[in-house]
Amino acid sequence: MTSMTPEGLGDWAGPILAGALTTVQIAVLAYAIGLLLGLLGAGARLSPWAPLRGLATAYSTLIRAVPELLLIILLYYAGAQALDALLARLDMAGAVQITGFATAVGVLAFVQGAYMTEVFRAAILAIPHGQLEAADAYGFSRWTRFHRIVLPGMLPNALPGMSNLWLILIKDTALISVIGFNELFFTIQQAAASSRAYFLFYAAAGVIYLLMTLTSTALFARLERHVRRGQPTEA
Amino acid sequence: MDFSWLSDPFYQAYLWEGFVNTLWLLLVSALGGLLLAVAVALARLRGPRPLAWLVWAFTTVIRGTPLLVQLFFFYYGVGRLLEGVPGIRDSLLWPLLRDPFFFGALTFILSVGAYSGEVIRGAMQSVPRGELEAGRAFGLSGFQVLYRLWLPRAIQLCLPTLTGEMILLLKSVPLVSTIALMDLLQAANIIRDETFLVYEPLLLIAGIYLATTIVLTLGLRLVELNFPGMRPTRRRWLPIR
Repeated sequence: MTSMTPEGLGDWAGPILAGALTTVQIAVLAYAIGLLLGLLGAGARLSPWAPLRGLATAYSTLIRAVPELLLIILLYYAGAQALDALLARLDMAGAVQITGFATAVGVLAFVQGAYMTEVFRAAILAIPHGQLEAADAYGFSRWTRFHRIVLPGMLPNALPGMSNLWLILIKDTALISVIGFNELFFTIQQAAASSRAYFLFYAAAGVIYLLMTLTSTALFARLERHVRRGQPTEA
Repeated sequence: MDFSWLSDPFYQAYLWEGFVNTLWLLLVSALGGLLLAVAVALARLRGPRPLAWLVWAFTTVIRGTPLLVQLFFFYYGVGRLLEGVPGIRDSLLWPLLRDPFFFGALTFILSVGAYSGEVIRGAMQSVPRGELEAGRAFGLSGFQVLYRLWLPRAIQLCLPTLTGEMILLLKSVPLVSTIALMDLLQAANIIRDETFLVYEPLLLIAGIYLATTIVLTLGLRLVELNFPGMRPTRRRWLPIR
């Protein structure tokens, strides 16, 4: 099949690799921001202050009830418009590539944060209460208690959920192609359309995404062993 | 916010068609997908070694690649290859093989089969062996044990996860707008193109999706509550369909 078409996988290897790199960059940045949003969201959902709790609950419930693709399209236009207005205000109009990348990251992070909120909330609630009381009894400050007790205590509980969300995020980056931003799957679509070797290129896309997710699964398994060190192993 | 286009009967027809297609696709994929999921679970647990290995590879690939890529692979990749098969255009199957609905349903069925298959496999493994042995001791055949004991007990164990999978399936449906299938998102896109409104149609279908998700969640919770053994005080059979 490759020999019959004027353009094969080899001609597109460079752009595809560049696209894959963009995808990884988008995913990593969105994940990092999503983690922060999730922590903030979980903190807000567990806050004693009702309006904050309501806000965080509305955020995680609404975002999780609407399809990702729809959210991405909706937020992409809204985000791009806001960012364009901001850049125009700063006399930097026309920085289209930056806008596209930043909105892609922002949109995915915003969606990711809603799911992360629920993962962290459950993980924090699963910390034995005695550990928090012990920290208070020893006179830990709120911040010390958070980063010495709560964070390491909830990580083993949160990691399976976090790993799932990372896999979902990698796969969700493909949705960005619908908006027309030049990441891996968008490049693949261009390659497939120009060479007419649809089967070949979409199969190749599957292989690349599979490599990403399988590598991630292996890395997360190691990470989980690390954060679970010192815990009794389950028989 | 301009919602005056809502009174246009043409747009109403688009939206209605999109809504019906969305639900129809959800129903077909859920039914077919859950059947496939049971087959996947059985193949991995009881199938001969090569089949079990093949099914493992299938679930790994489906769960490790984006649904959108799978959709494009089947619709454009496999679809174009099929066009080249000699004589296929004269066959009875041809109208089906050109239909984006067929490819959308196929992709979703495979996806549900892989994701829910793993869920059902895990649940089937957690059913205590003694219960199955008790079934054999009472003279049930292997197949009777499967459909009267093993499957119902396994579904009991994983029902909340399975209903969660169905909600995820509903939220995957808008992907089919990329293969020109008239779902809610495609209807919204057409309206957006014709009215030059960026946000309003999208917001409307976001609201429709929100409502559908809530209704589906409540409906599935009813199913969960009425599944035998889930709430021992009230025994009313409401089959999972």
